[in-house]
Amino acid sequence: MRDVARGDFGNSIRFNRSVGEILVERLPVTIELGAAALFLAVIIGIPAGLISALKRNSAIDVGTMVGANIGVSMPVFWLGLLLAYVFALLLKGTPLWLPPTGRLSAGLVATPFYEVYNLTFTPDSATHRLFEFISNFYIFNSIITANGEVLKDSIRHLILPAMALATIPLAIIARMTRSSMLETLNQDYVRTARSKGLRERSVVIGHSFRNSLLPIITIIGLQLGVIFGGAVLTETIFGLAGVGRTLFEAITARDFPIIQGFTLVIALGYVIANLLVDLSYGFIDPRIRLD
Amino acid sequence: MTTSNNYEPTEIDLQRRKETPLLQALRSFVRQRSAILGMIIIGSITVIAIFANQIAPYQPDQVLIGQEDVKKRQPPCIHLLGCPEDQPQHLMGIDGNVRDEFSRIIHGSRISLTVGFVTVTFAMLIGVILGAIAGYTGRWADDGIMRFLDVLLAFPSLLLAIAIVSVLGPGLTNAMLAIAIVTIPVYARVMRSVVLSAKEEEYVTAARSVGVQNNKILFRHIMPNGISPLIVLATLGIGTAILDAAALSFLGLGAQPPMPEWGAMLSAERNQVFSAPHLVFFPGLAIMLVVLGFNLLGDGLRDALDPRMKNR
Repeated sequence: MRDVARGDFGNSIRFNRSVGEILVERLPVTIELGAAALFLAVIIGIPAGLISALKRNSAIDVGTMVGANIGVSMPVFWLGLLLAYVFALLLKGTPLWLPPTGRLSAGLVATPFYEVYNLTFTPDSATHRLFEFISNFYIFNSIITANGEVLKDSIRHLILPAMALATIPLAIIARMTRSSMLETLNQDYVRTARSKGLRERSVVIGHSFRNSLLPIITIIGLQLGVIFGGAVLTETIFGLAGVGRTLFEAITARDFPIIQGFTLVIALGYVIANLLVDLSYGFIDPRIRLD
Repeated sequence: MTTSNNYEPTEIDLQRRKETPLLQALRSFVRQRSAILGMIIIGSITVIAIFANQIAPYQPDQVLIGQEDVKKRQPPCIHLLGCPEDQPQHLMGIDGNVRDEFSRIIHGSRISLTVGFVTVTFAMLIGVILGAIAGYTGRWADDGIMRFLDVLLAFPSLLLAIAIVSVLGPGLTNAMLAIAIVTIPVYARVMRSVVLSAKEEEYVTAARSVGVQNNKILFRHIMPNGISPLIVLATLGIGTAILDAAALSFLGLGAQPPMPEWGAMLSAERNQVFSAPHLVFFPGLAIMLVVLGFNLLGDGLRDALDPRMKNR
């Protein structure tokens, strides 16, 4: 247990390398992918649900809900392959072309920020691991090192897997936003707000949407499970060496140190996400006090 | 101006008051277009599965080498869409082992429906019993059962299913068992909450006071309260189970070749997506359609059986 607390999960049987080292290398891939997917799901899902609720029974509402139902039913691995076919093959030669595999194009290297800024540290120390971990977030690393080419390329490589991974959470978030908004839009305080002459925008955003946020935030937190599960499939299709694919390969190869270490990290991620969701309740609704 | 005191019930109102809850639910269900669409999709797929041998022009594992002039991974040939009449018709093309893709998709419907129904039935049976015992007995049984199920819920379900299958060994039966195990907590939690609220009701106290045995109270008086939420959960759960089983087969842990399982068919040809997209497109479409059908049906049932959940 003391070793685990110090980040020492033992050595992988298959790779003959420390599990911590493999985690430092692969966790950032999944975090970047998951964050991008969640970002897409939230920025598209919430407005779609909102508009759908406000224009109830209109063509937009029906269209959004049909799309959401199809999105929930879509196998992630199928969507991933279709996206790769459309964007990497059919749109080849157009500006919309996107790379179907890997994290960076061949020949491009993401120079770690500590090399660019000549930061010194003891090799194999905790600081070294931390710097390595941070620099493996290619998007973040390229921003702080002002490397526009790597930034553009890493974002282009992330779009397809993030789109595939975002579909189910997006559909669920849009459905939840719609149903939650429909519930609050019928409340007395919304009618009062309208009757005292508040602008429609203030009524919708300040009164209705704010009160709908709790179930929406809860459902966003729950999507992390979908994203971790989907990461296995998405990373397999798009050739990304992330936590999901590594854990899947470790399970099938019976590489127990990796299984232990990665499972612990995933469970920790889950617990932290749920904690953040719980803490956000008090922030969104000050009536909720967490003792 | 009329007030609510002067309200005269119309004939329709009177007729509705006579209706049983089941009839009301049925009326509400029939009124929903999406639920009807779900029913049509599931009904059609069930008919296809039952008459697969009659509908499919070939056997699912029939290799056409030497029987017809066809090539490996040949695209669809449909006479109505301009394919020359002298070429044999293959609606969804030919797969990598020179078998008719359409026949395999048709036979795959049997596997998917079986996976969905068997998995959910097993998970529901175990979950309902565990949830009922936890809720009714309380104390240590409740703590023991629910904490164990909480552990199962703490992991992403697909990863947990992968772990279980890797212990049991790859195969469709083991994949079904794994999916059933990871979904047990969902049914147990619903049943437990139903039992917890129902066991305080007066009819339960009355039954207990006249000396009805505990297991009779539980199975005859309390558990029927959980039927409608369980039907809804099970319908939605069938779709999820089919999706998860397809994902496991895609990863090589579920159905094994030459079984015409849609996830496994997709997996076998995934590297050919650029050269033979039809072999990826059709199995995925089939999975999506059957899951969509169960989702629409489940949503419709939820709105019909639990009006509070309408619009969710």
